[in-house]
Amino acid sequence: MSSTITTPTTISTGELPPHMRPERSFQGLILALQRYWADYGCVVLQPYDMEVGAGTFHPATTLRALGPKPWRAAYVQPSRRPGDGRYGENPNRLQHYYQFQVLLKPSPPDLQELYLKSLQAIGVDMALHDIRFVEDDWESPTLGAWGLGWECWCDGMEVSQFTYFQQVCGVECSPVAGELTYGLERLAMYVQGVDNVYDLNFNGRDGDERVSYGDVFLQSEQEYSRHNFEHANTDNLLKHFEDAERECVALLAAGAKQGEEAGDGIHKMVLPAYDQCIKASHLFNLLDARGVISVTQRQSYILRVRDLSKACGEAFLQTEAGGAIAKEASNA
Amino acid sequence: MPDLLLELFSEEIPARMQKRAGEDLQKLVTNALVDAGLTYDGAKAFVTPRRLALTVHGLTARSADTREERKGPKVGAPEKALAGFMRGAGLNSIDEAQIQSDPKKGEFYVAVIEKSGRPAIDIIAEVMPGIIRNFPWPKSMRWGAGSTRPDTLRWVRPLRSILCTFGPETEEPEIVHFEVDGIASSNTTHGHRFMAPDEMSVRRFDDYVDKLTAAKVVLDSTRREDIILTEAKNLAFSQNMELVEDAALLHEVAGLVEWPVVLMGSFDERFLQLPDEVIQLTIRVNQKCFVLRDPKSGELTNRFILVSNLVASDGGKAIVAGNQKVVRARLSDAMFFWETDLKIKLEDRVEKLGNVVFHAKLGTQLERVERIRALARELAPIVGADPDEAERAALLCKADLVTEMVGEFPELQGLIGRYYATKQKENAAVAAACEEHYKPQGPGDDVPGDPVSVAVALADKLDTLCCFWAIDEKPTGSKDPYALRRSALGFIRNVIEIAAHVSINNFVEVSYKYLTIKMIENNFIGITVEGRKLGLEADDPDYHTSYISYFGEYDPEDNYPYVRDVEGPMFSRRDQFGVPNAEKYVDQDNWPQLLDVQENLLSFFHDRLKVYLRDQGQRHDLIDAVITDDADDLLLIVQRVEALSEFLASDDGAALLEGTKRARNILRAEEKKDGKKFTDDVSADLLSDEHEVALAAAIDIAVPAVEAAVAKADFAAAMSALAPLRKPVDNFFENVMVNDDDQAVRENRLNLLNRIRKATQTVANFSKIEG
Repeated sequence: MSSTITTPTTISTGELPPHMRPERSFQGLILALQRYWADYGCVVLQPYDMEVGAGTFHPATTLRALGPKPWRAAYVQPSRRPGDGRYGENPNRLQHYYQFQVLLKPSPPDLQELYLKSLQAIGVDMALHDIRFVEDDWESPTLGAWGLGWECWCDGMEVSQFTYFQQVCGVECSPVAGELTYGLERLAMYVQGVDNVYDLNFNGRDGDERVSYGDVFLQSEQEYSRHNFEHANTDNLLKHFEDAERECVALLAAGAKQGEEAGDGIHKMVLPAYDQCIKASHLFNLLDARGVISVTQRQSYILRVRDLSKACGEAFLQTEAGGAIAKEASNA
Repeated sequence: MPDLLLELFSEEIPARMQKRAGEDLQKLVTNALVDAGLTYDGAKAFVTPRRLALTVHGLTARSADTREERKGPKVGAPEKALAGFMRGAGLNSIDEAQIQSDPKKGEFYVAVIEKSGRPAIDIIAEVMPGIIRNFPWPKSMRWGAGSTRPDTLRWVRPLRSILCTFGPETEEPEIVHFEVDGIASSNTTHGHRFMAPDEMSVRRFDDYVDKLTAAKVVLDSTRREDIILTEAKNLAFSQNMELVEDAALLHEVAGLVEWPVVLMGSFDERFLQLPDEVIQLTIRVNQKCFVLRDPKSGELTNRFILVSNLVASDGGKAIVAGNQKVVRARLSDAMFFWETDLKIKLEDRVEKLGNVVFHAKLGTQLERVERIRALARELAPIVGADPDEAERAALLCKADLVTEMVGEFPELQGLIGRYYATKQKENAAVAAACEEHYKPQGPGDDVPGDPVSVAVALADKLDTLCCFWAIDEKPTGSKDPYALRRSALGFIRNVIEIAAHVSINNFVEVSYKYLTIKMIENNFIGITVEGRKLGLEADDPDYHTSYISYFGEYDPEDNYPYVRDVEGPMFSRRDQFGVPNAEKYVDQDNWPQLLDVQENLLSFFHDRLKVYLRDQGQRHDLIDAVITDDADDLLLIVQRVEALSEFLASDDGAALLEGTKRARNILRAEEKKDGKKFTDDVSADLLSDEHEVALAAAIDIAVPAVEAAVAKADFAAAMSALAPLRKPVDNFFENVMVNDDDQAVRENRLNLLNRIRKATQTVANFSKIEG
């Protein structure tokens, strides 16, 4: 993977048909970023098919950031923050939005330059705009993860997070991975020059053919806000949380046992267990949005999810993707 | 003399760490060079977001040669001693040592260790890697492929390149060659990230600064600050406005840019209905921009100053537009919070404080508010406040903690409460107390002037102290995480400046009893810890007796027994507390007894008062002379110290102190000799000398007068009553011989001295006064 990487070429946006230009359509912006990071050699993945609070939760980031194997991935991840719902009435806040996530392990020496070129690729002119790297120490208590980096500002607006992962799932990153997270709606509002997220042009067409972000998502924001704040059944959520927690622990135990039985020391069921950890994390966010978790309980829930993610991270290191080498099966 | 130039070029260094990093670099490098035997004329460090630089000039070109003679064992000493000597001195054979002789010791070995000096450039190359590897960043990180190695370099953000040159002004400097984690030093660096990114080579500090300037980098952060401040002021002036200066923000912004470009933006005037503090904080915290005010009215305008890092091709139009958009969004949020908050009255928010944990072992803010309320009401008459107003203020004073605005800007707590209280037309004193009850926040802060604020402030601080005394989280040494010393000092300053006589012991008792009320079941049934400690069950009628003694008649039908004559939400139901209180109930079993808390807190107050009075310029011995262990009226102590200090400054006072001392010394000596204490019994028949007669008469007049004055707490009068004793005391010592041959006369005179001692003791412990 390492020797044949070419520096991505910045496609002149003029070559694209108008509806595909990143400054004209939301999807054009996504496609431009995908193209850029594909040119760099990333595997371009599709969103993870579970509810997550951020692109970081995708196993392609959380788990793949662990262990010694090189990894380059880029993908869009729909992210759910139940507490940020505003019934579609706030022009900037959404309970469901898109992140574009890039993970490069090990972090390349020119990561900052790569990032800046990606902004150029979506039409940000560096001679016109004030790009700044402002200190931001990133920490995810539920993932047992932290890193150092910056918020990336464009004319005073935070458009990305840039992090050198130091620890994920309670495990030291070795080597360190670089993570870039682009807030797609914000960036799109920026390059399209609109003030309200629902006014974003989604498909780059005009007139009757134009589909806005509001056309796609306004109703869903309204409905999910009702759900998140008023109707989600908290008894069920609590039950589901505990189910997911138990399931995660059980799957990890079963996968470890199977590895022992096979005699190769390879953990056999990390990814399904990690799904349960993701699930527990989202259920916690929903419970939090419903306001049924007190301050001290909150801490204990966070710790419970962290315990799961730590256990998953440790188990992942005992898999092939985590860098483990299968022991020769014993003849016993 | 040659100069050293060092630059550590990295990815963006957090602004808040830059200043310290420059100081550390300068100290570490110069110390290492001096330790290696070099000297230098001067050094200066510089920091930008991307580089840490150091110039050391007038460095010696090489370290001096050194010669050391080390004495060894005698010739013919045992093998072991010789071997040790050779090892220590680095000799291969004993023949390399010289032999010297001494008349006492005889012949012995001496090793001469000569070290020739080394070129400075070698020393620099040797010390640098260690300095870089062990640099004391507050937080550092690993990065890249090399991060798998255990010895990988850690830096604040990835270190990109190292520039290091050394040489005299007249010659081409050399590169000081060393390597850290694969980064080899060179003589190259880069300019501004966007405006001059290309590599450039540098010779020494002078051309380094010039080339950087040409490459759009202002190296010196002080210069960047100057540029920003000057341009911001000029820009403001050109619009007939005035910059609201903010030194901390200026420093931070100067740490975010290498080439400051100052621009002006604006926002919609409708946002000006927000409090100025909210606008300023929104713009400062989130956007790192300065606000501007109208020099005539002093009010904020709808303009702001932003500092960009780029000379943009459109003159900054796009940058201004982008920043305006973000400022608008932020102010819209604040406006939304403001309008949402105003829909709910402060008193209706109080109950929500039941969800805000004050401390895991101490329950919620709601419980605290209830206690402060009750306390403020009791304190009000003492400080001259209306009890209803004090109670109302106490009820509202923490309500802003659960507003959206304080959620967003915690540093505005209190102030926001005051704004909202004013908006909902609370009485001015009540509104002011919402903010001012936090005062004083530090030694430079004023105390609130209004008695209502003072009543709430005293209640708030006293409750805080009792809380942490209850769970034994008292300050120790330099540790005071809950700022309890500040609370006590705040209490003291409030009491003294409003001149109120507050009995600490009484109010600690009241406060502590409110704190130790325990709620059981779901329905507001209060008991005291003492009651529970009797081991009674909740349904036992006696269970409530001790409770009743604190709160009056217990009425089982009454859900608000201890607060029935005040309105509003009181202690919330236990099921609203959630988990935090469970811990409190468990912990309460270990709380100390009231008497211990009283004693301990009072002595804490005494200590704080002593510090306070010393800061006011009072002599520590005078303070000690008037503080007794049970003195619990702080104002009284202060008045006593002041009166005493004034008295001792007068001739009468100084002389009387002298006389008292003499009396005490004589008494001490004679009491030791006789093995007994002398009494107050002065027999008139035994007084023969006119001076002792006069003294006895003066004492007879002075003592009741002093006692009466002290009883009225009029210390100035007490001192005046003592003053007439001065002359008779002086005359007595000049003319009367105490140790008369007649034992009866002697004892009578000693009793007279004892009366002097006791008379002064009424006012202060003169024995503790120095001088």
